[in-house]
Amino acid sequence: MTDRQTQPRTLYQKIWDAHTVETRDDGTALIFIDRHLVHEVTSPQAFEALRVSGRKVRRPDLTLAVPDHNLPTTARRTASGARVPIADPESAAQLDALERNAPAFGIRYIGDADAEQGIVHVVGPEQGFSLPGATIVCGDSHTACHGGLGALAFGIGTSEVEHVLATQTLLLKQSKTMEVRVEGDLPAGVSPKDLILHIIGVVGTAGGTGHVIEYRGKVFEEMSIEGRLTVCNMSIEAGARAGLIAPDDKTFAFLKGRPYAPKGEQWDAAVAWWKSLATDPGATFDKSVVINAADVQPTVTWGTSPEDTVAIGGVVPDPASFADPSKQDAARASLEYMGLTPGQRMDEIEVQNVFIGSCTNSRIEDLRAAAAVLKGHTKAPNVHWAIVVPGSGLVKRQAEEEGLDQIFIAAGLEWREPGCSACLGMNPDKVPPGERCASTSNRNFVGRQGPGARTHLVSPAMAAAAAVTGRLTDVRKLVG
Amino acid sequence: MEPIKQVEGRAIPFGRKNVDTDVIIPAKWLKTITRDGLGRGAFEALRAEPDNLFDSAEFKGSPILIAGDNFGCGSSREHAAWALLDLGITYVIAPSFSDIFSGNAFKNGILTVVLPQDQVDRLLEVAKTDPISIDLETQTVTTPFQDRFSFEIDPFRKHCLLNGLDEVGLTLARDAAISTYEQKHRAELPWLATGTGVAA
Repeated sequence: MTDRQTQPRTLYQKIWDAHTVETRDDGTALIFIDRHLVHEVTSPQAFEALRVSGRKVRRPDLTLAVPDHNLPTTARRTASGARVPIADPESAAQLDALERNAPAFGIRYIGDADAEQGIVHVVGPEQGFSLPGATIVCGDSHTACHGGLGALAFGIGTSEVEHVLATQTLLLKQSKTMEVRVEGDLPAGVSPKDLILHIIGVVGTAGGTGHVIEYRGKVFEEMSIEGRLTVCNMSIEAGARAGLIAPDDKTFAFLKGRPYAPKGEQWDAAVAWWKSLATDPGATFDKSVVINAADVQPTVTWGTSPEDTVAIGGVVPDPASFADPSKQDAARASLEYMGLTPGQRMDEIEVQNVFIGSCTNSRIEDLRAAAAVLKGHTKAPNVHWAIVVPGSGLVKRQAEEEGLDQIFIAAGLEWREPGCSACLGMNPDKVPPGERCASTSNRNFVGRQGPGARTHLVSPAMAAAAAVTGRLTDVRKLVG
Repeated sequence: MEPIKQVEGRAIPFGRKNVDTDVIIPAKWLKTITRDGLGRGAFEALRAEPDNLFDSAEFKGSPILIAGDNFGCGSSREHAAWALLDLGITYVIAPSFSDIFSGNAFKNGILTVVLPQDQVDRLLEVAKTDPISIDLETQTVTTPFQDRFSFEIDPFRKHCLLNGLDEVGLTLARDAAISTYEQKHRAELPWLATGTGVAA
């Protein structure tokens, strides 16, 4: 053993060390990639480049292709089983390209009407393709999501997609490490989404730049896997390349028996290794942020950056209240775009749209949380568009078995097919210009949910509460 | 990637300063599924003019573009390099380039040659009527009139371009190291080597 391996190491360092093919003189390292998720938007030019240069996919067995961004969330097959044509020709072309490229390069492809289809970041963990201690990449910045299982997972660009397809490696510089330690217990009625929104509000969208975050503390140990995936998913909104939570018995229970999870003796060996991954006592981080869990309230965003967060009981801030002049300007521009005035109570802001879905919040636990609020209620008359988009076909089936779909439909919400949907509106699901949406997604950027759309990021329970009252609402008052 | 060694031919005497990547390839061309064909959108606004240089009988298909200061500034889109390649341009001479563009150009096998403004001005003059030559091995640009200009290039980039090595190609050259790692990885953590179970 080298000195380095006898020193106390972080979870990140252990995964990095286990995947270093070779380190170069300039400090960059060739890192082996265990799992590559491929979707239709960032892969076409990468496959094309392989074809032009006569290269093949080095490890098709470590690659999984699933369409998600462009798929409509309405029915994809007619009653007779024929494919419903996709209206936007560019969306159709990207989907067709993936459907052709995956088999051409020998990659397992989950098709648009398969029960297992869904958002790549929901499908990976659900299929047991994403595993603790693995290096996982995808041409999508929310790949950090899989860190909820204790995997080192991050987004890459099209040239890097090509690089991984051809070599199963990436040339990387090691990131700095950042500990986000949450102390104490979350108040009742506060969800993992509220916690990560609160953390981003504290850290800022650039606070994690150049770092990999490890989330630590009893709150995360007690949190469900779905919740951990939600937290790690939004690490990128704090500027970090990746987010990690140490794998534990909950992780192992979540993965056991899933299609691509190890079986038999391999399972036992895997668990033994996974247990050794937790950050060693005495290991140090380059940066540390401590959050008091008792401070976290149901949280919403008021602006056009994910760091623009405030507790639901709070008010729209005055741009002049920010110390940084550039933040003052950004806040003024945000409020102009959002049509809000300083001092306005957050829980008086009316919404016309509700979106429950995205790789951040479309898992079964998210749908259960929303349904628990909606049960016995109907949506407010001013909410004219409210959709629930499950993260995968398997989540959809599970929800239907539990009768959640009937609760949504009875409340006046639409029950849709799985995909990325209104998180970024590459498919037909868009928020109309000037209208507000209480959204369980991850980005409130200008125009993200459609040109002129005004997004308020919230948890699934808070989105459900907004659907019932027609305004941003403290869910605890509704179900209290 | 095609190796870059030397070229002799007509060079498009463009010369415009601060040409951003939106000018090289407008945003509406970004939702494509291929790198090919972007030549159609290359310099779209300029080429809407009937007598533009790019489509003139004299310069159409020229492998060399002579540009102005700060070529390729603005958006980081890799499509700008793809669009130039699709037009047939594999050499660009300018007084300076944006960092991101020159990185993208290199990644796609385009040689960016930086020369002082007065030498670029001389080449713009010659290019109107005569061919010019670029030799990467000797790092020189020459004309039929005894002009001989030397340029600098990072030795690593030179090596890659001369040998047609892109980043993927370079990593593929480490195939033995990757294979050795794969064997060790499979032995130590076999469940990570299984994946979807399709044939590797």
